[in-house]
Amino acid sequence: SKKKESETPERRTAVLIPGDGIGPEISNSVVEIFAGAGVPLDWETQIISTENVIPGAPLISEEALESIRKHKLGLKGPLGTPIGKGHPSLNLTLRKTFGLYANVRPCLSIPGVKTRYENVDLVTIRENTEGEYSGIEHMVVPGVAACMKLITRAASERVANYAFQYARDQGRKSVTAVHKANIQKKGDGMFLAECRRAAEKYPEIEYKEAILDACVLNLVQNPNKYDVMVMPNLYGDIVSDLCAGLIGGLGVTPSGNIGTDVAIFESVHGTAPDIAGTGKANPTALLLSAIMMLRHMKLYDHANAIDAAIKRTIGDKSVITPDLGGTGNIDTYTKAVIANL
Amino acid sequence: KRNHGSSSKGVTQVTMIPGAGIGPEICAALVDVFEHAKVPIEWDLHHVSSSMSHLSEMMLKDAVGSLKRNKFGIKGVIETPIAEGHTSMNVLIRKELDLFANVTQVKSLPGVKTRFDDVDIVVIRENMEGEYSGLEHETIPGVVESLKVITEKAARRIANYAFQYARDNNRKKVTCVHKANIMKIVDGLFLETCREVAKEYPDVEYDETIVDACCMNLVNDPWRFDVMVMPNLYGNVVANVTSGLVGGPGVVSGFSAGDSIYMYEPGARHKAKDIAGLNLANPTALLLSGVEMLRKLEMPDKALQIENAVMKTLASKRVHTRDIGGKASTNQFTASVISNL
Ligand SMILES: Nc1ncnc2c1ncn2[C@@H]1O[C@H](COP(=O)(O)OP(=O)(O)OP(=O)(O)O)[C@@H](O)[C@H]1O
Ligand SMILES: Nc1ncnc2c1ncn2[C@@H]1O[C@H](COP(=O)(O)OP(=O)(O)OP(=O)(O)O)[C@@H](O)[C@H]1O
Ligand SMILES: [Mg+2]
Ligand SMILES: [Mg+2]
Repeated sequence: SKKKESETPERRTAVLIPGDGIGPEISNSVVEIFAGAGVPLDWETQIISTENVIPGAPLISEEALESIRKHKLGLKGPLGTPIGKGHPSLNLTLRKTFGLYANVRPCLSIPGVKTRYENVDLVTIRENTEGEYSGIEHMVVPGVAACMKLITRAASERVANYAFQYARDQGRKSVTAVHKANIQKKGDGMFLAECRRAAEKYPEIEYKEAILDACVLNLVQNPNKYDVMVMPNLYGDIVSDLCAGLIGGLGVTPSGNIGTDVAIFESVHGTAPDIAGTGKANPTALLLSAIMMLRHMKLYDHANAIDAAIKRTIGDKSVITPDLGGTGNIDTYTKAVIANL
Repeated sequence: KRNHGSSSKGVTQVTMIPGAGIGPEICAALVDVFEHAKVPIEWDLHHVSSSMSHLSEMMLKDAVGSLKRNKFGIKGVIETPIAEGHTSMNVLIRKELDLFANVTQVKSLPGVKTRFDDVDIVVIRENMEGEYSGLEHETIPGVVESLKVITEKAARRIANYAFQYARDNNRKKVTCVHKANIMKIVDGLFLETCREVAKEYPDVEYDETIVDACCMNLVNDPWRFDVMVMPNLYGNVVANVTSGLVGGPGVVSGFSAGDSIYMYEPGARHKAKDIAGLNLANPTALLLSGVEMLRKLEMPDKALQIENAVMKTLASKRVHTRDIGGKASTNQFTASVISNL
């Protein structure tokens, strides 16, 4: 956030995937706030929804895929979990289709959101295509199950480089590789070796290593010890949720899925069907994800302006949503953010 | 009259493995305190180094032999280098002695101020298999496969241990921590086994949590957890997250147990090489592990006497070590415990 953006950025288009449940409401809030902030961005809305899946037809329409391919940027609300619906997860399909190899989760304390931790400012970058989630597992003989953790040099190198480039672009100071190479010497060892190699190309970024157990211990005792952290899939899953816990949970945690060409930003909370349509939905996580997208586009000034407006708004209980302890609704919240711009 | 350990003339032999890092310092503190409390224990001292040589293999063999004889041991910390071709000495000892359960007792202590009060959690970790199977190979250059193995036998053994622990120690609930939504077969086997064992303990409440959400909840609401049981790696993570809640590895006790052998050690095992040899280590963790051992050895009076002295020392705050915000040295802390006996 320390870098200066170009004076007259070209106008771009991002694909908006409102999603299921509260998705359309929170997406609408983001669109209004971006308009209020005069962000030079147009939206092209594409419907991807678990409600739309027709047996036998492609999960995601060719039109939606083409739109994402063309504009390379997406903002996505939550998609329903297809338990019992018999089709694969739409989130996973998007990730695989566009080779979204890195999951990025910045966790920044929001003054006004009550937690036991202050001034948290952490970014987890998680390798998102292999590791423990390779899906290769089987019952060897009855009572003995084995699961393959797959680490490749190519995927490790890709995510390590992304972590350092992210740190450079966003003006961050250090990158810590989190691993368990004392136990998984070859797999995590290779991941670590690629992080070390990437580090050499970014001499201005401090490079550190931490064993997973020491890392989580430190995060709980003194989260300021780390800055950007990069790690294999499972560790990233755990550490990113732990970090989200430090700042107040998934309702205020943004996320981005980064590929070589395409990047899709999303809120990681669920579809909240229990409150859909009631005005109680909190748009903060999606809004913060949209801000991440702006930073990804190097539109730092617009990102910072909206960020500051959110912070000015969150302290006002009369406008924020009930999940944040407020008495307002999504409309009062959205209007207040715009007024605070 | 004691039915544990090897003793002659009322003196019990206990194996002591100081190890490396802060191990020798915290072991020395324990020996000192036990001596002043006139605990009838004779130490069978064994050095184990983490270097890989014929000599260290012989030393390890001696230590293992001693533990097999004595059944009870105190262990400082043994280092595992991050290098290929080197199996962890900790893992070797565990396998050799079949120490299948690792128990970390996480409890808020008087005078040790953290963000969380009244935490009381026991983490029970499967200690033999899972991600620590040591089965790894580089299939083709740049592609490493690591095998995670879960057997029903080991899962049943640790689940039984956890429920029996809960029953014996008047705890209300056992929570199984897993990632069976992703690792459906491997963690699925662990989870299914826990469910089956839970049915045999109708007096103990049972529930389940996914490891990432679990870590998020631990830093917001640790009071919802009681006894927790899980596969190896998650245990390593959760033991450290919970340790962080109550003051860190310097104050959390624990032990590894087999069917008849008990090795008492700090609950979160860190060699703390940043402070090793500097007279700064907090001996509380090992002292409280030692207290547990005395209870198991049926020396409840000595256990209580030492426990009270440690609590009194902590409560007065005068001689807190650096890790819990004080300025005192290991020696000053130890002297204070002795004077409080
Ligand atoms: N953005 C939000 N604003 C307000 N409340 C939310 C938000 N996201 C989630 N919640 C609340 O958190 C709880 C859990 O939400 P979640 O969306 O995970 O529900 P779910 O039933 O699990 O949905 P899904 O099946 O899509 O995951 C619900 O009570 C929901 O109302
Ligand atoms: N008994 C103890 N007393 C005081 N501090 C301790 C004690 N045990 C561990 N620590 C501290 O806990 C932290 C984690 O320990 P650990 O050995 O993992 O260090 P580290 O800095 O992570 O090094 P490494 O990554 O090499 O393991 C360190 O800061 C260490 O000093
Ligand atoms: Mg997760
Ligand atoms: Mg360590």
